[in-house]
Amino acid sequence: MAKKIDSKIPEGPLAEKWTNYKAHQKLVNPANKRKLDIIIVGSGLAGASAAATLGDLGFKVKCFCIQDSPRRAHSIAAQGGINAAKNYQNDGDSVYRLFYDTIKGGDYRSREANVYRLAEVSNNIIDQCVAQGVPFAREYGGTLANRSFGGAQVSRTFYARGQTGQQLLLGAYSALSRQVKLGNVELFTRCEMLDVVLIKDENGENRARGIIYRDLVTGEIKRCSAHAVVIGTGGYGNAYFLSTNAMGSNGSAAIQCYRKGAWFANPAFAQIHPTCIPVHGDKQSKLTLMSESLRNDGRIWVPKKLEDAKALQAGTLNPNDIPDEDRDFYLERRYPAFGNLVPRDVASRAAKERCDKGFGVNNTGLAVFLDFKYAIQRLGKDVVADKYGNLFDMYQEITDVNPYENPMMIFPAIHYTMGGIWVDYELQTSIKGLFAIGECNFSDHGANRLGASALMQGLADGYFVLPYTIQNYLSDQIQVPRFSTDLPEFKAAEDGVKEQIEKIMNIKGKRSVDSIHKELGHIMWEYVGMGRTKESLETALKKLEEVEKTFWSDLRVPGQADTLNVELEKALRLRDFIEVGKLMAYDGLNREESCGGHFREEYQTPEGEALRQDDKFSYVACWEYQGAGKAPELLKEPLNYEYIKVQTRNYKN
Amino acid sequence: MDKNISFTLKVWRQRGPKEKGQFVSYPMTDIPTDTSFLEMLDILNEQLINKGEEPIVFDHDCREGICGMCSLYINGHAHGPATGATTCQLYMRRFKDGDVITVEPWRSAGFPIIRDLMVDRSAYDKIMQAGGYTSVNTGGVPDANSIPISKEKADLAMDAASCIGCGACVAACKNGSAMLFVSAKVSQLALLPQGQVEAARRAKAMIAKMDELGFGNCTNTRACEAECPKCVSISNIARLNREFICAKLKD
Amino acid sequence: MWLIDSSIGRKVVMSVTGSALIFFLAFHGAMNFVALISEDGYNAICEFLGANWYALVGTIGLAALIAIHFIYAFILEVRNVRAVGGLKRYSRKERPAGVEWAAQNMLVLGIIVILGLVLHLTDFWSKMQFQEIMGSTATVEGLGQVSPTDGAALIGYFFGKTHIAILYLVWLAAIWFHLSHGFWSAMQTLGWNNAKWLCRWQVIGKIVVTIIIAMFALVVIGFWCKAHCC
Repeated sequence: MAKKIDSKIPEGPLAEKWTNYKAHQKLVNPANKRKLDIIIVGSGLAGASAAATLGDLGFKVKCFCIQDSPRRAHSIAAQGGINAAKNYQNDGDSVYRLFYDTIKGGDYRSREANVYRLAEVSNNIIDQCVAQGVPFAREYGGTLANRSFGGAQVSRTFYARGQTGQQLLLGAYSALSRQVKLGNVELFTRCEMLDVVLIKDENGENRARGIIYRDLVTGEIKRCSAHAVVIGTGGYGNAYFLSTNAMGSNGSAAIQCYRKGAWFANPAFAQIHPTCIPVHGDKQSKLTLMSESLRNDGRIWVPKKLEDAKALQAGTLNPNDIPDEDRDFYLERRYPAFGNLVPRDVASRAAKERCDKGFGVNNTGLAVFLDFKYAIQRLGKDVVADKYGNLFDMYQEITDVNPYENPMMIFPAIHYTMGGIWVDYELQTSIKGLFAIGECNFSDHGANRLGASALMQGLADGYFVLPYTIQNYLSDQIQVPRFSTDLPEFKAAEDGVKEQIEKIMNIKGKRSVDSIHKELGHIMWEYVGMGRTKESLETALKKLEEVEKTFWSDLRVPGQADTLNVELEKALRLRDFIEVGKLMAYDGLNREESCGGHFREEYQTPEGEALRQDDKFSYVACWEYQGAGKAPELLKEPLNYEYIKVQTRNYKN
Repeated sequence: MDKNISFTLKVWRQRGPKEKGQFVSYPMTDIPTDTSFLEMLDILNEQLINKGEEPIVFDHDCREGICGMCSLYINGHAHGPATGATTCQLYMRRFKDGDVITVEPWRSAGFPIIRDLMVDRSAYDKIMQAGGYTSVNTGGVPDANSIPISKEKADLAMDAASCIGCGACVAACKNGSAMLFVSAKVSQLALLPQGQVEAARRAKAMIAKMDELGFGNCTNTRACEAECPKCVSISNIARLNREFICAKLKD
Repeated sequence: MWLIDSSIGRKVVMSVTGSALIFFLAFHGAMNFVALISEDGYNAICEFLGANWYALVGTIGLAALIAIHFIYAFILEVRNVRAVGGLKRYSRKERPAGVEWAAQNMLVLGIIVILGLVLHLTDFWSKMQFQEIMGSTATVEGLGQVSPTDGAALIGYFFGKTHIAILYLVWLAAIWFHLSHGFWSAMQTLGWNNAKWLCRWQVIGKIVVTIIIAMFALVVIGFWCKAHCC
């Protein structure tokens, strides 16, 4: 472990670090900005906001996305809201409190300085979005409305109905569109990055200077050069096949950076969202999230008696016929203080615990009830319909069950990945000139993300952090002329990509991409899922090797590589998901503690709560690629808490 | 328990924008009715791949009705027979055993076919680039609460802003008009003080771009509104007309 | 010029000319209705309008309105067909709930209206104002020489014939459908609409249009009855 990790945290007291950084960082003057190219891969909240902001600063930006328009990025699906420490409600919120809640919610596995900066710029985000015309919910008096969310004792969540992600993304997309019109940003839609190109500088140090991408419509492999490369390509939750992510969401860009030497941090930290519609069959393609806001009024329960659960599983008992005294409201029982509003990881694990004991309520035994009977009794059907009508309709359309009359069934599903490419305080990865923003970096959420914080982080990175910090890097690049894509490094990278594609096309086996992906997902859920053990993770690693072997020996990709080929796109992503899966298993195996989204069954309190091992694992686990077929090497970035006291998370009282 | 159904799928297949396409029929057997329409297509594609054929290409992504990617014209309806829902929110229980289900791409000169059921909707991006924004840079904006906005206005703006840009309005319109899409953005921003500043300029620029791209003329048939998965109202089109006419009269 | 080269501008032209034509129909219908009450009164109106300068100006204006409305309709249609990529579009198309039949068939209805107009002009206008302009009188088979201002006689003669009466009723029905959409559509195009007024305009439109068409239809039916029942 010779490598020393420098996270470049600025000096000074916590509250002044970011101010100090900005005051002393190097900047690029306007005339020079025009000479500098920046590639941004991804057009979600982080990517679009970064592209728009860097564009309006005057840089020449090239923005890539795999969909037909930047507006399709999966940030659009975020429902609940975005946090900010505005304290408009006068309920005692502050930057410090948001910072503190985020650190605590993350189970003390994130960097203090980063999180504090996030809380600090959160307020600017709201101002910016309102100026863009984002129609946040308002009070009758014309001021902005707020609601509360899991893991907080104040109302600091701004929202636009159940479509906050959509509205924020469309705001960023609008700003991006404006920069396209002004000629500062060039859009590359339906283009997928397949490799990052590194070129050695005069000191022999690798710097990211471009990417190789595939035009998904024509199938052409193309090159693009720039002075810096930013990836904002989201999380890798689809390694589980079934997740709340979009079908196209993938971890490939991050894995390509990892293969080129960027460290991958805390891959095992994956968030499992407790309120998703349960899996109904083996043909299912994705899991639908029901907003966390449902937990404000719905009560979660399973039967107290095992025979009732058996009857529910057999379909011979109507849940409405189970009297209240035979219902086990297990969250209210275990966590009286927070009840149904405990953080996501806690709620998910509690559901799993009940189902593992045989109390699951659907035919697969993998579901619990979320019941609105009580809310309807208390508030009336109209009020409930007014608040949750859309969600109820969606639920009925999918399941054919009327949630006004029958309890909903829910089960946890993979939702978000806290882990990702390691970045320093400047959001720069361990490769110079390569930056990672939004969900695809690891930075701010520690081991568990609080609701309404993902939007905040994506936009903070894109609007207010990266546009500053990237200049500190670019300031000494102004003398570097634009790169030709004819350089040997580009050719080598392109050849590598072409070789991989050819190899995949030539397997000509019998299995479709999806069938292997489902197999991968199964292994991940079974052995690297909500509850992990040393044995399960070791089994996972073995099984992942087998999946990899199947992939390279029995995959069938029909069609040609030099034209539109959806199966080839999926195959390339699947190749990388297998790598992600292995990383998650390695990391999970290494982290012999339970914290946040990572639950090792060997490490729990007698009551079944997560048991951290702060003396051994208070660090960021960074994984360095060692070559195909070799185990990655672990590097540790210690986490030093100078400003807050590390405690055990307690949602009981 | 849901039952299984069998039916015939008539799908439009077309190699490329310039090539001739045709319908191909696929018999589908024993499809569970709790399968979504797109999952049903996944099943078919899996069968095609296993036979060594190329799968049917269609756009899809979030599969929860918000990204606007899915775009199928099913049995004579944009996004299929369900109302207020996207293609991905359509479930097979809407269909009956023995049905013939016709699946076509969006058809409009503004949305050329890329392959099979996938069309090119970049025209919408171009319209947005023409003026679908407020001209503010990052930073230097006033506090979010400095300008009060009535709840009513904010709600109306949100109604308009719920557009997902899927293109169903153009696909459903007998004239291939993109007015509902354009009006949703113009309305949203015209209703809010932040967007009002350049409302006239925006309306003119976006309409000019829409016309230039070859979209049709609105004749108020209301098909767009009826087929819109987000139920965006044509009252937005009235507002767009108002903004546009006033802007032109002022010139 | 935005009224020519922008899509909304072209629609504004359709809307304004259409509204003006509805206005004209209201007058025309009211005048016709007089014939039911008093044939002499109707003829007095015919005489008053005749070929005076104001009536001529009005007629020219009217012709211009119709011509513009008609030409624009075809320009729009050509553009719209081009916008959807040709006449053949979907192999299966269903009218969604909430979409009026008339709204999707305005051109067809318009063509029926124009054909009816040709019939109407031959039957009446060519024998009335046209003759007055030319300074002659028309001879109608079975009616002999007709004074250009004796509209009542013409009405009685033509509507007494069952097939003509039926043709006129069909024509009026087409106009009703055309206007039932056209009325609120005109308001929508001019931007005088919102979520609340949408329904109101539709109801107001239907009432106004029904009254106008009823006035015409009653004259046709009334005179047919006079010829056959009295």
